[in-house]
Amino acid sequence: MPENSTYIARSSAIAARALAGEMMVMNSADSTFFTLNEVATAIFQAADGRTPLEEIVRERICEQFDVDPDEAQADAERFVAELSGHRILLVSNQPLNSEPAR
Amino acid sequence: MTALRKSECVEIGAIPIALSTSDGGFLDLLRRRYAGFLSSSRPEFALEFDLSATYSVSDEDVRVCRDGDEWMLQRGDFRARWDPRAGRGTVRQDANPYSLDTVLRILHSLILAERGGFLLHAASAICDGQAFLFSGVSGAGKTTMTRLAPPDVTLLTDEISYLRPSAGGYAAFGTPFAGELARSGENCSAPVSALFFLDQGPENRIDELHSGEAVRRLMRNILFFAEDRILVEKLFATACDFVASVPIRRLTFYPDGRVWDDVRNFASNSLEVPEHA
Repeated sequence: MPENSTYIARSSAIAARALAGEMMVMNSADSTFFTLNEVATAIFQAADGRTPLEEIVRERICEQFDVDPDEAQADAERFVAELSGHRILLVSNQPLNSEPAR
Repeated sequence: MTALRKSECVEIGAIPIALSTSDGGFLDLLRRRYAGFLSSSRPEFALEFDLSATYSVSDEDVRVCRDGDEWMLQRGDFRARWDPRAGRGTVRQDANPYSLDTVLRILHSLILAERGGFLLHAASAICDGQAFLFSGVSGAGKTTMTRLAPPDVTLLTDEISYLRPSAGGYAAFGTPFAGELARSGENCSAPVSALFFLDQGPENRIDELHSGEAVRRLMRNILFFAEDRILVEKLFATACDFVASVPIRRLTFYPDGRVWDDVRNFASNSLEVPEHA
């Protein structure tokens, strides 16, 4: 297990649907609603609780979207912090159990 | 001693519900109120009314929550219990029509949520065999759109639209739930051609709505009261399906009859598959 890694998992209290190339995510506990762009969708879909965020950024974001790795990592951390604040993503420095979004 | 109960079947959205009471005056009231929606169909569900309550009409928020296998519905002016498995419920209220309307709306919202349908804060009407929905906050123009409708347009409701999935899309049904127009809708249905979110402006125009914005607006205007995560998630899935299968636009309109020409033109020019699907 890499040291100082961040692990992210989708909360079980959310519902998610892909529509017209975008991911719609709703927190069913309070009905707050989010639309994720392509990059955010890639991170959200890769949030399995076992893959470190750094690896998700390197393998999924930098390769698919041709972005600067440092910039992509900083953007990903901001995005994860925001969705974690809305209880859409769970964040830990240990691997997590992830329940698939409905 | 139990007084003799009489019942009347009220069928809204092709869902017949038997409403029973031992109070003859209340039975007359509901016959008048739902005159266009009385039915001889075999009821799918049953609600018994007990009018011994002395609750007063209230502005407090409705609460709908689970109590074991049953739903508890309550506001200051009524208390009700609904057993979805048995399809039966009881209501305690006094003999006022506003409580009766609210209980029926909640009950239909629960039944519809399980069946992939929903109640929407929207006016709706049938034009050239197609249903059009006009949604928005109070004052956006729902009742105005129905008042401006040409004589060949059939009013389904000026306040609460009733939507169910149907072959290839959704169907809108008339409801007796009236807004400012104070007129019941016609008891008929048609396939939904488009949903417009209303805004009033100096001229008529129809604009695209991004699918995320369409889902967000739709969710905001769906009438749903139950504190239940699973049903809320079902409703979210239904809203996404609706956005994927029905054209949804922003309609800015100047309040005169020409807006209906634009609605007709939109219908005749619209593609079969919505652009945001």
